[in-house]
Amino acid sequence: MRRETIINAALAIGLLAIPLWAHVTGEIFTITLSTRVAILALAAVGLNLALGLGGLISFGHAAYFGLGGYAMGILAFHAQNYDPIFTWPFVFAGTKQMLVIWVVALIVSGLAAFVIGMLTLRTSGAYFIMATLAFGQMLYYLFVSWPKYGGEDGMSIYLRNDFPGVNTLDPIQFFLICYVLLMLGIFVSWRIARSPFGLALQASRQNAERVETVGITPFRIRLAAFVISGMITGLAGALMADLNRFVGPTMFSWQTSGEIMILVILGGVARLYGPVAGAALFILLEHWLGGVSDYWLAFVGALLLLVVLFARGGLIGSLAGREVAHD
Amino acid sequence: MTEPVLEIRHVHKNFGALRASHDINLTLLPGEIHALIGPNGAGKSTLIKQIAGNLRPDAGEIRFLGQDVTELDTVSRARMGLGRSFQISSVIPEFTVLQNVVLALQGAQGTSYHFFRAVLKDRETTAKAREAAERVGLGDRLAVWAQDLSHGERRKLEIAMALALEPKAFLLDEPMAGMGTEGAAEMTRFLDQLRHEAPILLVEHDMDAVFSLADRISVLDYGEIIATGTVEEIRTNPEVRRAYLGEDEEAV
Repeated sequence: MRRETIINAALAIGLLAIPLWAHVTGEIFTITLSTRVAILALAAVGLNLALGLGGLISFGHAAYFGLGGYAMGILAFHAQNYDPIFTWPFVFAGTKQMLVIWVVALIVSGLAAFVIGMLTLRTSGAYFIMATLAFGQMLYYLFVSWPKYGGEDGMSIYLRNDFPGVNTLDPIQFFLICYVLLMLGIFVSWRIARSPFGLALQASRQNAERVETVGITPFRIRLAAFVISGMITGLAGALMADLNRFVGPTMFSWQTSGEIMILVILGGVARLYGPVAGAALFILLEHWLGGVSDYWLAFVGALLLLVVLFARGGLIGSLAGREVAHD
Repeated sequence: MTEPVLEIRHVHKNFGALRASHDINLTLLPGEIHALIGPNGAGKSTLIKQIAGNLRPDAGEIRFLGQDVTELDTVSRARMGLGRSFQISSVIPEFTVLQNVVLALQGAQGTSYHFFRAVLKDRETTAKAREAAERVGLGDRLAVWAQDLSHGERRKLEIAMALALEPKAFLLDEPMAGMGTEGAAEMTRFLDQLRHEAPILLVEHDMDAVFSLADRISVLDYGEIIATGTVEEIRTNPEVRRAYLGEDEEAV
């Protein structure tokens, strides 16, 4: 078995075993931390598709994270206040059903990624980074100045949303929902990476002119990847909102975009389990160093610098080494 | 008279005051190797780019398979069956040889929007890719990263990728560049076979190769085609000798 496969399996099992053990011993806080790891990892799985496979350095993935969050927030807000979202052509009262919320989050973030991708993917390099950042900030200010949905203060959802047959208020049960979705996200990105589409996407990153010469349009390939990427991050946003039972405009802030990107880079760009490793490391550092110093992010910054300078493959890359050629 | 596969009619292209292409007329007939030669800066690359669709001519028409393709982009022309290799090797560096050829194949098949099928598990596609790689002599290098190939091998991979498209015409930009005597001879033998599959428009500096392969030669100088003819006609054309081969090139 390849070394990376073993590391991946260890991460997948570890992320499941730790909260289960915490459940048995009654350490609720550890379950919550694990749930955050799973959700942030899912957001990073989304970005990793665009950034890792496609080389699209999106500094605006907070847009999809936030849209997913607000999809949950707005639907649940109307449902808990018995205030229909719209009454024509039929009365839609909002919903507390996660399954419906997820579908809406996926659609909304996918549409946003399509529009933003159409407008930004014509650019590259620094312009692309700035353009995606600009869209993220636009949405941030939009929601800051939208009083109906809490404006700057955001809004609280008093009860976690429902999932058929699951008590979502039980931390371990909600964790399992997030874990299953993370695994699904990883499965999707694994299949995509080795599909014809993934091949074209990775080729477009390395040599777009060559891709055109064999009759494939890099722009369209990138756009499709960007949409899928945004959708996955959007779903993570809906879960994060449900975990916190709160949505606020900081979900859209550029710091959020930066954080998701840091997870990808720490874990290992384009590595299948890079986002999981990155998110786990990030949350551990936040937990341990956050207790030591308020300036724990400075340590994360230093670590990021070390990874970028000396360990380009991130955590997974340092442990598993360079990818080997296969046929 | 047979219908040309590729036809360039009165193509003009200027860059400011520079006449890169001036009233270019050129045909590529079925089964032939048509070599395009000329000194550096004569406008060969500009012409190739216009044929491949990277540059739009200022005036004139480019016809491929009897259809006006002047307004079509690179991707559409590639889909129609224009197989191109680049002057400077242009492969996907972090892909294996096999992945490179598979990429070309899926471009031709239009399967790039399959999201869930494992591309290298597709027997039919990989078999075809293997075959194309074997034909250029890379059969035992399938699992090697393209960036680890030697210069000559990368040139071969270029050809294999063009080959995989099963093109209706080849557009080969200096396939022998930097290959060495042995490699060039090998490539010459290979191209000699290749013409039976599709005609080749060959831009090449290696005169031995050009003279042994070409059915017809066109000479480009200062953006103009100053002569088109058989090897013998070109060799003895005084204008060509003056412009390109040099007055004293008796040995050729």
